[in-house]
Amino acid sequence: MVPETLTDTAAGEAAAVHGDDHHQPRGILRWLLTTNHKEIGTLYMLLSLLMFFVGGTMALIVRAELFQPGMTFVVPEFFNQMTTMHGLIMVFGAIMPAFVGLANWLIPVQIGAPDMALPRLNNFSFWLLPVAFTILLSTLFMEGGGPNFGWTFYAPLSTTYAPPSTSFFILGMHLAGISSILGAINIIATILNLRTPKMRLMDMPLFVWTWLITAFLLIAVMPVLAGVITMMLLDINFGTSFFNAAGGGDPVLFQHLFWFFGHPEVYIMILPAFGIISAIVPTFARKRLFGYASMVYATASIALLSFVVWAHHMFTVGLPLTAQLFFMYSTMLIAVPTGVKVFNWIATLFRGSITFDLPMLFALAFIVQFTIGGLSGVMLAIAPADFQYHDTYFVVAHFHYVLVPGAVFAILAAAYYWLPKWTGVYPNVKLGQAHFWLSVIGVNLTFFPMHFSGLAGMPRRIPDYALQFADFNMLSSIGGFLFGISQLLFVAVVILCIRRKGEKAPPQAWEGAEGLEWQLPSPAPLHTFDTPPEFIPERDSPSRH
Amino acid sequence: MSTSSYYVPATSKWPIIAVVFMGFLAVGGGVLMTSGTSGLAPLLIGFAGIFWVMYGWFSDVLKESQSGLYDAQMDRSFRQGMAWFIFSEVMFFAAFFGALFYIRTFALPWLDGEGAKGVTALLWPDFIASWPLMATPDPAVGGPEKVVNPWTLPLINTLLLVTSSITLTFAHHALKEQQRQKLTLWMLVTLVLGGIFLVIQGVEYVHAWTELGLTLQAGVYGATFFLLTGFHGLHVTIGLIILLIMLFRILKGHFTPDQHFAFEAAAWYWHFVDVVWIGLFLFVYVF
Amino acid sequence: MHSLLLGSRWLLVLLGFLTTQAQAAAINTSSGWNMPTGVTGISQDIYSLHMIIFWICVAIALVVFGVMFWSLFVYRKSKGAKSAHFHENTTVEVIWTAIPLLILVAMAVPATGTLKQIYDSTEADMDILVTGYQWRWHYEYMEEDISFFSNLGTPQSQVLGEEDKGDFYLLEVDKPLVVPVGKKIRFLFTSNDVIHAWWVPDLAIKKDTVPGFINESWVVIDEPGTYRGQCAELCGQNHAFMPIEVKAVSQETYATWLEEQREMAAAEAQGSQREWALDELIERGEGVYTTYCAACHQEDGSGMPPAFPALRGNPLVTGEEGYSKHIETVLYGRSGTSMPAYSDTLSVADIAAVITYERNAWGNDSGDRVQPTEISELLSDD
Ligand code: HEA
Ligand code: HEA
Ligand code: HEC
Ligand code: CUA
Ligand SMILES: [Cu+2]
Repeated sequence: MVPETLTDTAAGEAAAVHGDDHHQPRGILRWLLTTNHKEIGTLYMLLSLLMFFVGGTMALIVRAELFQPGMTFVVPEFFNQMTTMHGLIMVFGAIMPAFVGLANWLIPVQIGAPDMALPRLNNFSFWLLPVAFTILLSTLFMEGGGPNFGWTFYAPLSTTYAPPSTSFFILGMHLAGISSILGAINIIATILNLRTPKMRLMDMPLFVWTWLITAFLLIAVMPVLAGVITMMLLDINFGTSFFNAAGGGDPVLFQHLFWFFGHPEVYIMILPAFGIISAIVPTFARKRLFGYASMVYATASIALLSFVVWAHHMFTVGLPLTAQLFFMYSTMLIAVPTGVKVFNWIATLFRGSITFDLPMLFALAFIVQFTIGGLSGVMLAIAPADFQYHDTYFVVAHFHYVLVPGAVFAILAAAYYWLPKWTGVYPNVKLGQAHFWLSVIGVNLTFFPMHFSGLAGMPRRIPDYALQFADFNMLSSIGGFLFGISQLLFVAVVILCIRRKGEKAPPQAWEGAEGLEWQLPSPAPLHTFDTPPEFIPERDSPSRH
Repeated sequence: MSTSSYYVPATSKWPIIAVVFMGFLAVGGGVLMTSGTSGLAPLLIGFAGIFWVMYGWFSDVLKESQSGLYDAQMDRSFRQGMAWFIFSEVMFFAAFFGALFYIRTFALPWLDGEGAKGVTALLWPDFIASWPLMATPDPAVGGPEKVVNPWTLPLINTLLLVTSSITLTFAHHALKEQQRQKLTLWMLVTLVLGGIFLVIQGVEYVHAWTELGLTLQAGVYGATFFLLTGFHGLHVTIGLIILLIMLFRILKGHFTPDQHFAFEAAAWYWHFVDVVWIGLFLFVYVF
Repeated sequence: MHSLLLGSRWLLVLLGFLTTQAQAAAINTSSGWNMPTGVTGISQDIYSLHMIIFWICVAIALVVFGVMFWSLFVYRKSKGAKSAHFHENTTVEVIWTAIPLLILVAMAVPATGTLKQIYDSTEADMDILVTGYQWRWHYEYMEEDISFFSNLGTPQSQVLGEEDKGDFYLLEVDKPLVVPVGKKIRFLFTSNDVIHAWWVPDLAIKKDTVPGFINESWVVIDEPGTYRGQCAELCGQNHAFMPIEVKAVSQETYATWLEEQREMAAAEAQGSQREWALDELIERGEGVYTTYCAACHQEDGSGMPPAFPALRGNPLVTGEEGYSKHIETVLYGRSGTSMPAYSDTLSVADIAAVITYERNAWGNDSGDRVQPTEISELLSDD
């Protein structure tokens, strides 16, 4: 730590005491009107947590039905609605808002900006989401039930054969989409425009870099989603034949458009996680991140490649051979830059000075389990083999490995890492460790057996199954409930922190942490960096040489 | 610049009000499409509300901008915001153009028995692929009887829009050279050109719908035709409204030669709408 | 035991548990937790491809996690590790970019070969058109003028747990697809409504059936046997209940089977013209009802109100006035509801029988008799 930055910290603390806005509205209005990036970030994360529980409860309904063969708990129609809503809510309601929330909280403090570039737009983006999800969830109570066609809503099941509530589903998705696009625009403008003057692009923390690239992906593909659901709306309500061969359309066109959005979307759910891991691993290895530049290039390559791999979700729809080969090769290529990232993290650990604090536990578990999910992804990419894997629980295993012990663990790691900054107290270690170990056991018990049931032939999206899959499903269900209930421990940890129960954290909450946010007091005052802070790029910083 | 303090806009009631009206729009639209006219009221409330919000929100921004609160940094944020927003619009249209190309180069030939999935023709033995698609695979759907001749109204429309982009650029130059009268004049010309475009488009729609049998339901040709031209027309309308607001602000003397981002944003948007039209003219009408 | 277990030792813990799956494994050539080797050349190629890639991935995982855990163990701060200062090394970065690339190329080569083979459906000996319906399969032997539907064979009572589940629970059908071994069979796939996917793991075929389009695939089955599969694309509420059963038989048996089918078709055609007795109609109708209607209206006609109306004691079904409306409902369905139209799916005899059954079962006792000829007349009217 260098003297200048210490002075800054003192100034920040002073701001914390005197700087609070006086004309700040109170109560609920304060949250409805807020344009403060920290408050909006908090709102995003709380919404995400709520949605995680809503979506998780749906997953548990699915797991309860699948506990044993036979229709035992719900009817098939409702089961399909639960599977669909679980996927939609988790993707659009839990994972994405969590990352946007982290971006809101962290990007300005990591680049020395006073707030997001367009604070009012930021408020608008956030509050669209509760409206969107209210509409989405309300479809469950409409006549004919809610969406029952999977989160990928393939036409014509989602058009000609869909329940009447589908139009509401589409309009709800439009609102969520607008929110994402505007949020992403805001993030890009903030990063490109509000960095403290000495911070060059190649000095930015990796979380900022990964979000810059993620935001680009969002702006590029969310409009395509908007386009395709608009076409659905027209097919349903206005008699067009985009996805109907009788009129010259093609149901498979829907899938091309959906996955042109959908594949980049899955990277939208993982790139910010990469950024988080790249912040946490160096801190607790007490060693500079290995290969900063290659991390940036790898992230950019993953993002660019993600535009040309979409049809790997469609290997069985009957693509021409050349298309099949092209998409197989391009998909496999993604393993290379992703591998670079994994290797860089491990090289960072190598010859470090490692401690296993809570954030580090989750980050390390991320690396292992994400890699498992990534490797099964490479297996899926092999087109001939995908004829056997496709639409089985092997795929379900793959994407839960990258999403749950992947993205969700990264979000949890981020929460444990920055909670001291947000609330001023360290998360409770005992509770946190219990949360960690139960989560690791639960998550693997849930999703590892799915590899086997999938390979043995269990299709996904079925409420009832043949007897040979019974044992694996029982294990998965037990694991699912264990993992789900363990998350209540996390809620307890967060509540303790919010209530300021726990060990007080200094500005530099973690010994090895680097970055502007650690120069701010803990908790960070509402307004930070009214003037651009002094910044010493890590590469010129003496502390890690 | 490095030590100057940042400007952070104050809180505002407009975003949350906008959210409420967006909710009205979505619910109204949904009800209208599923259970009928009872959705009309919330839909209209939604639209009215959105206009009110736009008016209020932009007035506030205007006031702040006028009182010199914004710095160069804020200006750059607005610029980047607008640029990326236009990029998102480009991708929105890209989805539709992508659909058009897919239908034309893959789906229709397959249905007709050509290419990798040619066996499909077993299902539609009488179908012959063509573009414009006059006869659909299942005759029950039915294609259009005729299509719009590109060298009549669409050509005129192309000329109108291209010219309007040029006149808008003249206006911009006039603004930079502080020639108020010229500026107003060129703005007016631009607006009139855009207006005529919309009228012609309307005439063409009525003609297509009533006389050519070219409707939304007229097979995939009708669907893509109205999808692309319809969303383009919507964007022209929005662009015109924005330009109109710019004209009012010009008349009020809001812009200076080096501080007129709102004007530039409107111009970018207009050029974007113009470029999309060129794509439309080529791939929807001509080829 | 399977070689999969040799790799990751902790999997052995699962061993005792997994062997209980062994008898279930008899259902196909899967060990119960791995991909089936299958009974065609292609399926075996795919299986080896799967295993090769799997082992490569295991090897990569072992190396990567090995180095990682070793570092975690050795460089613990609690053991006094001091961190080094390096943070870049172009050589290693080039190496760990190049090696994965080479591995991927090594994977791509055999994958490309197999894929090309799969796509070569030329010179087939016979063609079968498979059409997906919500929620049953329709098979048409294109050179033979034979076609039929294949429905879930598992009774509803097993699904609801009122009866013990059989060995082939949800994997059995009322009428399997019968094919000869040793012939190159080309399958053409399409659908009548939404997208389904026809999947038989042992044949390594999984192809989507897209309404309005036709996909192709082919198979040469080496060994006679019964191969089971399921619909593999979400297609609505009964997606889990449209299994596939393929019976591969010797060429002689196949020829006899074809003959039988032709005779049955002739008998059916005759049946639709003659007068049927009430008992005869009810007996046939009960079978049709169980296969086609019970999923929604329930075995005992009680339905699941409000979603699915009860037919027991339903005025439409018991009373005089409902007679023609009843027939109309079954023939043309109710648009905007899930009640399907059966005029294309069921034969006129089946339709007559099921309506008669409904009007007489569960105490409905109307005594009405609907004759196949009546249905034919109605259908020829439009
Ligand atoms: C966070 C989300 C996420 C991420 C990161 C990924 C990452 C990858 N995914 Fe996954 N995927 C999903 C989410 C994700 N996926 C979802 C949600 C679905 C299902 C959608 C649905 O149908 O509902 C899906 C489905 C899916 C399919 C379709 C399966 C099917 O339906 O039949 C395929 C096929 O190719 C695939 C491939 C891949 C690949 C190759 C990667 C790669 O990016 C992985 C790269 C990583 C590694 C390979 C590990 C680390 C690398 C090394 C250690 C280097 C050395 C390695 C080698 C040389 C092999 N995914
Ligand atoms: C994006 C992230 C994400 C996350 C985090 C999860 C989390 C989980 N998912 Fe999944 N899942 C998807 C994304 C995700 N999922 C997607 C995209 C699909 C595909 C959908 C489709 O096919 O269309 C899918 C599908 C899917 C299936 C397949 C369904 C089918 O094919 O029919 C299953 C089955 O087991 C499953 C299970 C689970 C479980 C057990 C969890 C667990 O991790 C959940 C943990 C549970 C909780 C966190 C709940 C805790 C609740 C309580 C403790 C009760 C307290 C209650 C209150 C306070 C209200 N998911
Ligand atoms: C997928 C579900 C489903 C299946 C399978 C099904 N039905 Fe129905 N059926 C319905 C629904 C839903 C209605 C109510 C329609 C309405 O509300 O108008 C209905 C209505 C009816 C009615 C009219 C009842 C009334 O009171 O209006 C009759 C008769 C009927 N079905 C007979 C049959 C027969 C015969 C079969 C099988 C050959 C069958 N159904 C199969 C869902 C189904
Ligand atoms: Cu048919 Cu799933
Ligand atoms: Cu993908």
